Amino acid sequence: MTSRYEPWDETRSAEIIAGLSHVEGGTLVILHALQEVFGYVPEPAIPMIASALNLSRAEVYGVFTFYHDFRHEPAGQHVLKLCRAEACQAAGGDALAARAESSLGIKLGNTTADQRVTLEPIYCLGLCATAPSAMLDSRVVGRLTEKRLDALVAEAQR
Amino acid sequence: MKIFVPRDAGAVAVGADDVADAFVRAAEARKLELEIVRNGSRGLYWLEPMIEMATPQGRVAFGPVAEDDVDAVLDAMIADAAHPLRLGVTEEIPWLKRQTRLSFARCGVIDPRSLDEYRAYDGYKGLARALTLTPAQIIADVTTSGLRGRGGAGFPTGIKWKTVADTAADRKFIVCNADEGDSGTFADRMLFEGDPFVVIEGMTIAGIAVGATKGYIYIRSEYPHAIAATNIAIAAAERAGFLGANICGSAHSFDLEVRVGAGAYVCGEETALLESLEGRRGIVRAKPPLPAHKGLFGKPTVINNVLSFAAIPFILNDGAKAYAEFGMGRSRGTMPIQLAGNIKNGGLFEVAFGITLGELVDEVGGGTLSGRPVRAVQVGGPLGAYFPRELFDTPFDYEAFAKRDGLIGHGGIVVFDDSVDMAKQARFAMEFCAVESCGKCTPCRIGSTRGVETIDKIRRGERVAENTAVLEDLCHTLKFGSLCALGGFTSYPVMSALKHFPDDFAPTPARLQAAE
Repeated sequence: MTSRYEPWDETRSAEIIAGLSHVEGGTLVILHALQEVFGYVPEPAIPMIASALNLSRAEVYGVFTFYHDFRHEPAGQHVLKLCRAEACQAAGGDALAARAESSLGIKLGNTTADQRVTLEPIYCLGLCATAPSAMLDSRVVGRLTEKRLDALVAEAQR
Repeated sequence: MKIFVPRDAGAVAVGADDVADAFVRAAEARKLELEIVRNGSRGLYWLEPMIEMATPQGRVAFGPVAEDDVDAVLDAMIADAAHPLRLGVTEEIPWLKRQTRLSFARCGVIDPRSLDEYRAYDGYKGLARALTLTPAQIIADVTTSGLRGRGGAGFPTGIKWKTVADTAADRKFIVCNADEGDSGTFADRMLFEGDPFVVIEGMTIAGIAVGATKGYIYIRSEYPHAIAATNIAIAAAERAGFLGANICGSAHSFDLEVRVGAGAYVCGEETALLESLEGRRGIVRAKPPLPAHKGLFGKPTVINNVLSFAAIPFILNDGAKAYAEFGMGRSRGTMPIQLAGNIKNGGLFEVAFGITLGELVDEVGGGTLSGRPVRAVQVGGPLGAYFPRELFDTPFDYEAFAKRDGLIGHGGIVVFDDSVDMAKQARFAMEFCAVESCGKCTPCRIGSTRGVETIDKIRRGERVAENTAVLEDLCHTLKFGSLCALGGFTSYPVMSALKHFPDDFAPTPARLQAAE
């Protein structure tokens, strides 16, 4: 099983941070860039960002933990996001979320023991007119039915 | 032959990419020279993927086209023959014809990556006129148009711009709030994916009007397609001299940068968004000072919604009066309304203010997708009120909704059928507020958590009358004691559910059993 992401590397991280440290107010920009490469924001990156931006570690840690997007540890091989907002609720999203949880054997927000699938809630993909919707890795899927969901879950497990 | 296959995320989510690939294969098999334009969406989502063919009589639409339909559809296109999915001339489709498309005039029509097409459809004419005016004249036009911020608060745009123009500073900023987090809304996403230049042009005009040389577009991370489309458009505008130094040979300079959010709903609140842009936690600022005086990096800042900026080019090019002639009361112009949830004909419908909620849900939307009766509609996102059928005569207008304890917000309408449990929806609103609260003010942070607990008590049948009074009191405190709209508006879904659907809060035998 090969990962889509690079393993943590301090030198690589330092390069990324140095390349973006000129961006005005760029803390989120740097966190996004690190997560793009490593798949999450490894703990040792926090003091590196703080030092490059002349901020305290607490400030950077505070930003990192405030936003739902930033991961503290690597996600599974595939990430399946199910929209849990009102438009998708109105179109049967609750039952689909329950079905995904039971077929993967995990609750929303968790990763399967084999590290293959992370199942996450998302609050609106803007696909509200083709609800319910989901996103598997970077692929968006609308008009989700039990059948289409099962196919997505199977694909994620492969 | 030339066809149009949307690249809009909503169309892609229902198979547009696969359909485009299938057309390529089908054309190769027929040795047919086929040009495929990846346009935005026209917003008729129940017909997506909606494919159009260019003909001398205008574009002809087919939809919804599945991958398996492609061979037959292509044959029908070649022969100009009948086909079950053929919808006729696109512009004549009643759902589209009934609209007044000002901001969305080009969305779904042009290739969003082509600056030339944008210009061929009146693009950048608003900027050209703005460059002949003084900043004060531009602002006067925006004021005359009656445009109010389309993000939800409905504050007059002209007044906001004038405040920034009148504030002296070494640097000023234009910020586009594209953190479209409300469920049921997707107009911003559609516009960036279908016609990004209109927002870029609107922001450039704003920069000239107030003397700002730098703009930021803050897009939520949940919209990767919109982010990509916007970055491509910015690069094209820069290459052509519509952004950067000395725009179109004038003395004005304006740079644009896209910044990506990180999954925090509260960043849609303008001051939290500014904090986030500055690289901090998205914690709401107390007002005053207003962003117009002290905004991004402490400098005077125009912060407007995507739809507000998108209305600007029309106002400058076609005239403030032409814009103001649409609408009712103090709500002038058009509103891109988004129909979503359990609805038959979901999509984007741009129309002048004044159309009633009932017309939108029943006539335009065609009722529910499930075929069951409509029980409630939530207007204005997760913090908007739930309206029952009895309020369907409410006209779409800021004041008319406010009078009935509701709000228009960003123009999203989410339809629910009779299987909805309104107490559950009220609980969800409180829970959402608790999770998304930035934590700065107590009413929002604590009140929402207490709200969840109190609704649970009511549903379990614990001292129902007293706990209902507590819930109402909590809503009152949230509404009047919160620093921003996240806490302030959470009372709308909760109170409206309680008021219009009281039966749903009564404990049922099943629920009582589950609680034991």
